[in-house]
Amino acid sequence: MVRLYAVVAAGGFRRHATYRAATAAGVFTNTVFGFIVAYAYTALWDVRPQLGGYDKPEALTYVWLGQALLMTCAMLGGGFEEELSERIRTGDIAVDLYRPADLQLWWLSGDLGRAAFHLLGRGVVPMALGALAFELALPASPWTWLAFLVSVLLGVVVSFALRFLVALSAFWLMDGAGAMQMAMLAGMFFSGMLLPLTLFPGLLGEVARALPWSSLLQVPADVLLGKRTGWDLAGAYAFQAGWAVALLGAGRLLQSAATRRVVVQGG
Amino acid sequence: MEAGAGRRAGEPEPAAWSRPGFDDRSRLLEGVRAYGLIVAMWMRSTMAYRASFVMTTLGNFVVTAFDFVTIMLMFAHVDALGGYTLPEIALLYGTSATAFGLSDLLFGSVDRLGRRVRDGTLDTLLVRPVPVLAQVAADRFALRRLGRITQGLLVLGYALATLDIAWTPLRVVMLPLMVLSGAAIFGAVFVAGAAFQFFAQDASEVQNAFTYGGTTVLQYPPTIFAKELVRGVTFVVPLAFVSWLPALYVLGRDYPLELPEWVAFLPPVVAGLCWLLAGLAWRTGLRAYRSTGS
Repeated sequence: MVRLYAVVAAGGFRRHATYRAATAAGVFTNTVFGFIVAYAYTALWDVRPQLGGYDKPEALTYVWLGQALLMTCAMLGGGFEEELSERIRTGDIAVDLYRPADLQLWWLSGDLGRAAFHLLGRGVVPMALGALAFELALPASPWTWLAFLVSVLLGVVVSFALRFLVALSAFWLMDGAGAMQMAMLAGMFFSGMLLPLTLFPGLLGEVARALPWSSLLQVPADVLLGKRTGWDLAGAYAFQAGWAVALLGAGRLLQSAATRRVVVQGG
Repeated sequence: MEAGAGRRAGEPEPAAWSRPGFDDRSRLLEGVRAYGLIVAMWMRSTMAYRASFVMTTLGNFVVTAFDFVTIMLMFAHVDALGGYTLPEIALLYGTSATAFGLSDLLFGSVDRLGRRVRDGTLDTLLVRPVPVLAQVAADRFALRRLGRITQGLLVLGYALATLDIAWTPLRVVMLPLMVLSGAAIFGAVFVAGAAFQFFAQDASEVQNAFTYGGTTVLQYPPTIFAKELVRGVTFVVPLAFVSWLPALYVLGRDYPLELPEWVAFLPPVVAGLCWLLAGLAWRTGLRAYRSTGS
């Protein structure tokens, strides 16, 4: 059974690895945006060094990490939910439900494969170019990198769980576009993609840091920058894993509610 | 009324060949008219789902507003960015966002060209008696992009209400001039990017770097960027003429590069040049197009 999901994950990886020109184009765009935001952050941190608890190299690392993880953690959505909600809309979902595999695990495996490809294909090059052009605060210790990768993995699972909920909403809404757009807005704002969540003022900042989206960028970034070590690191993992479990659980509930009422279109 | 207009568009143009130069102009008019018809059709189709239209327009408004929210969050911590105050940046932002919003509304759909080349549906457009560019630009016309224009205009309104500008007639004229020429410059970038997709169908994201990336650059003052980037945005992809140069003239501030003051009045000329080049690129791409044949 584990082998099946490994094969699905490998398929997800290969599927996205097929589009080489699109990957190159994406890397180019990520890099251009990385430069733009890096200059904006430089201007900001020149006036206020130590803003949000980061010095300038740390802030710039945050910028390039955001570009590197944008696709990996699917902060703006995408990856599979459009396809899944389309299958729900057209009724193809009935075929999926007949398969001797769990619906949620099936799509999770595929998405993990996709994320692995995006981390390598869309993440490494912008990060390397950013490190060439700017002074970044990348950790020297391999353990910090390992800790970071674990945090990214948890972030991808949280991201998947959120997008799975969004896709399943198509059972009730038929057209998933509205829900996907809402999810995109939330992801963009609360992941820390616009600005580190530590810069969000007062209550807004506290709420933003407690929401699941902070698992996608803010938490992995803090792990990479060495802001969370020891018990604090365990706390970060617990935060991400807690949201992952809660949201995956919600997905299962929604899935069983949906499959009980599913009426396949087309007779 | 629509049916009548459709019939007229299909009629042959008498005497179109009789005078040199007239052919080009009539083709342009024909293209504009066809564009209008296709856009009207998509608008009717959009309005069939009114709630969906309202929601997606609102979404478009919010997404684009996040750019300005980011700047406001930055200004929660500082009084000036690159030596510019929030209202000054709002003027840069409002003018470039409105200009970009207009061109995104009118030409943004051209970035679907690569998809049409890939799945072979471009061939359908080629056999219709309407200029291909007009069809591609009007394809799936997205009225929801009014959200971005509204957002840009609101920020522009905030800037004009809070800034203390020494208005002269030239400065007043400059505002509509820069927004319209800026929209034209961005439109040329969209078309050039679409032409590139004839050769690289999967590379539509490269275009985003120049269009969405370009408007993001223009939202910040030129002083925060490296000189090389400012030179590139001035002389290579002349986006500086969308808002930086004319807006700094309105604000009475110096451009980081040594340029004479009259350069601020060049946006319409630059827009014309950009369209000339984009048109050439488009023709080259269209001529080079080979259908998948499958």
